[in-house]
Amino acid sequence: MGKYIGQPIPRYEGLGHVTGTTRYVDDVSLPGMLYIKALRSPVHKGIIHSLDVSAAVNMPGVAGVITAKDIPGQNAYYATDQPVLVKEHIRYKGERIAAVAAVDEDTAQEAVEKIKLDIEEQAPVFDPFEAMKPDAPKVRPEGNLWEFNSGRRRVLRKGDVEKGFAEADEIVEHRYVEKMNDHAPMEPHVAVAYIDENDRLAIHTVSQARHFHLTQLCPVFNLPISKVHLIGGTVGGGFGGKNEMQCEHVAGVMALKLRRAVKFRLSRKEDLLYSTKRGAFVFDYKSGVKKDGHVTAHQVRGVHDIGAYHTMGEYAVEKQCLYLAGPYAVPNVWYDGHAVFTNKPVASSMRGFAVVNVTYASEIQMNLLAEAIGMDPWEIRFINAWRDGDTAPTQWKVVAAGLIESMKKAAEMDGIELPEHLKAMSSRRR
Amino acid sequence: MKEKGKGISSIGYATGFFGGADPNQAEISIKMDGTFDLLMGTSDLGQGCKTAYRQIAAEALDVPVESIALNNSDTDFIPMCLGAFASRATFVGGNAIIAACEDLKRKMREFAAPMLEAKPGELEIGDNKVFVKGNPEKSVGMADIGGASNFGGAYLIGTGAYIPPGPMSPDPKTGAMPLLSAAAFAACVVEVEVDTETGVVQVLKSTHAYEIGKAISPLICKGQINGGAAMGIGMALSESAHPYWPSVDFPADTLGDYVIATAADMPVEDHYEILEVPHPDGPYGAKGFCEMSSNAQIPAITAAIHDAIGVWITEFPTTPEMILRALEDKER
Amino acid sequence: MKYTLSFTLNGCEVDVLVKPNDTLLDVLREKLQVLSPKRGCDTGDCGACTVLLEGEPVRSCLTIAMTVAGKKVRTIEAFTSGEGKLHPLQQAFHEHGATQCGFCTPGMLLSSISLLEKNPKPSREEIVEAISGNLCRCGTYLEAVEAIEAVANGEGKE
Repeated sequence: MGKYIGQPIPRYEGLGHVTGTTRYVDDVSLPGMLYIKALRSPVHKGIIHSLDVSAAVNMPGVAGVITAKDIPGQNAYYATDQPVLVKEHIRYKGERIAAVAAVDEDTAQEAVEKIKLDIEEQAPVFDPFEAMKPDAPKVRPEGNLWEFNSGRRRVLRKGDVEKGFAEADEIVEHRYVEKMNDHAPMEPHVAVAYIDENDRLAIHTVSQARHFHLTQLCPVFNLPISKVHLIGGTVGGGFGGKNEMQCEHVAGVMALKLRRAVKFRLSRKEDLLYSTKRGAFVFDYKSGVKKDGHVTAHQVRGVHDIGAYHTMGEYAVEKQCLYLAGPYAVPNVWYDGHAVFTNKPVASSMRGFAVVNVTYASEIQMNLLAEAIGMDPWEIRFINAWRDGDTAPTQWKVVAAGLIESMKKAAEMDGIELPEHLKAMSSRRR
Repeated sequence: MKEKGKGISSIGYATGFFGGADPNQAEISIKMDGTFDLLMGTSDLGQGCKTAYRQIAAEALDVPVESIALNNSDTDFIPMCLGAFASRATFVGGNAIIAACEDLKRKMREFAAPMLEAKPGELEIGDNKVFVKGNPEKSVGMADIGGASNFGGAYLIGTGAYIPPGPMSPDPKTGAMPLLSAAAFAACVVEVEVDTETGVVQVLKSTHAYEIGKAISPLICKGQINGGAAMGIGMALSESAHPYWPSVDFPADTLGDYVIATAADMPVEDHYEILEVPHPDGPYGAKGFCEMSSNAQIPAITAAIHDAIGVWITEFPTTPEMILRALEDKER
Repeated sequence: MKYTLSFTLNGCEVDVLVKPNDTLLDVLREKLQVLSPKRGCDTGDCGACTVLLEGEPVRSCLTIAMTVAGKKVRTIEAFTSGEGKLHPLQQAFHEHGATQCGFCTPGMLLSSISLLEKNPKPSREEIVEAISGNLCRCGTYLEAVEAIEAVANGEGKE
């Protein structure tokens, strides 16, 4: 233990929290501030043929309306094809098409409902296995499979799985299905934007990555960083959902257009339905194990439903490669991982990103392998656990391993008496 | 009927951006009265980076934590943080802070040298002062350094940055990508009770061991361990944004439909311990932590359900309907 | 059509102009600048808007403002005394690590304060029941229960 590190001191902002004085973005209120509501696509897939905002613009209490043509710079903010406001091609239900700023949210919402929208609805695809078929409706022009540097799937090949299966005494095949999650932080997405006294655009933000988001926002506003600043750093929960912006870009464009302070916040309903999600995963594992407990091979096919745009969906498929075999030394690992577009909200980062998903599958698979050879589930884990110097499927060399020690401690705390030969094991040596 | 079952899991988690090269910067300056301003770009979402960062700076300078003020608010003056994600903030931000503090210490030694009639190389910094090596009585306190520098035409400010090795893309043929900042580990034992009439699963007891290199801020770690458990329980048993996935029918649009854990869903008995296998590159050996605490429960709960009712349900969330259908199928 | 609503807020008489469909949460946050009750869902699911109405924890997002006419409303601001002293539960939440992002904290504290006002020595089950309507995505539940138990056992009392 150090002098100051390792001390259980209370949280820096804890007194603010317990007195209710911590300030979040929705607590920001500025003179003359307007409220924004968005017009969102009512269809899962379609083409916008016309958009008539005149009835909204002319409604009493409405200060302004923005559409794609009002974006000062590029109408894209993470993926090069993901628009701030859709001009023509809709890819998921709830995509923003226009935004209205008014004296209050009720007035803004009423104005949104007056906007005339002519959409030609098209056939969507929701099932990633359907979307992978050659004749599936295209979510995007380039097709529904993300192109990795290894082709239309992430390839990982370590060792020789066929050899591994040949050496195995038992083979277990199993499918794992993992559905979608939402971050559901207690604080929904919100942003407040205004032009400050130095003619600079200021945005109060819930962003988890403000410098990263600055580099995305400045091209949208067509402004250098010297003209834009983001104020934040105190967020009511993020869990990966606030690595992506839902409000800052729209609020900024509106503030620039109207030169008024504006607040754009998602209702909980909008946040749950339209903000980024943890996308679904399906894993098909085929694994081999010897009677002595050594896992010889994993062959994994993965399908990740990444929704309508690629932001971090394909990164998820890459990131999970490290733990395809769990934290265990398996010599032969084969993986084909697919990132598949569907007409759904965007799948992006969420706590445990992709690793929680491959961990679920690989951990249960260890139990099934143990069952197949009649071995205790602790024992199979101890035998295969990473030691220092072992190699992960991605060829990372293990440093400062701690799995065996964690298992020993958990067993001890739970009153489980592990056999001596397991207690004698260590992460420091095989 | 209520059936009890026990399940285990053991997991690892990665710190840092896959592919590496995810940087952070840090800035620390001494104020007029010898307290310090620490500027960091990391957003605090409740994961506690503000608290951990102050402790790291206090340790690096050997000054009380209370004398470190932290500001992370406005991009006009906060140094770069790529983002509060990938469990990277402590590892990358912490290393940047240590670098900034070393820079500040070097400048303080140079500034204090004439005051102590010594060469900078003969000075040490510790215990809230600058002193001559081997002669701690010959010292000048931080308050005096702060006053003398700020009012004396000097600006003692330390800056630092840290970037993990990279960037590296996976090999197109093999997927090899051997870079990684650090890996942390955990093991979990869960005891559940399955109500075979309603399909409801209650987590009765959970036991966790987390190996995280170094617990910089143990009270913060406690919050992450227990808080992550709540999210793990929700993911395992009740959270589904699109319950009929891959169909988009009846998406959850209220927190009544997107069911997260409440206080009533937490195990009555909960134990945890933190282990430390120091990482050679982490700040004071810390590996990074926070995301992983919601990972271990999910497969452990699945295994516990199997132990209770003899069925492997390998889909999450494992809802009451799925439990009841599995029991029905087992009957046939 | 607007009406004057008069009620007692944190011990003070207030008069404010409201619309018939304004919720108490709208009035507190937008008209009276009392910002500690939070807008987490607006449908009564999360409890971040919890206030004490005549001593009972209620969802201010589901309470029509005009129905509190003549009644006593307390938010967390009522519990920090003029000398800057905290209620024992506020101190305990802070010291036991029962806050993380802090967004749900005011609501959860009010549910806890109300519990101990009515039931100074609650069982663990009663504590869990009292805060089970305050959703916390950061998952501070176990620390909150620990803090409430500690105060019930005398921690922080003069």
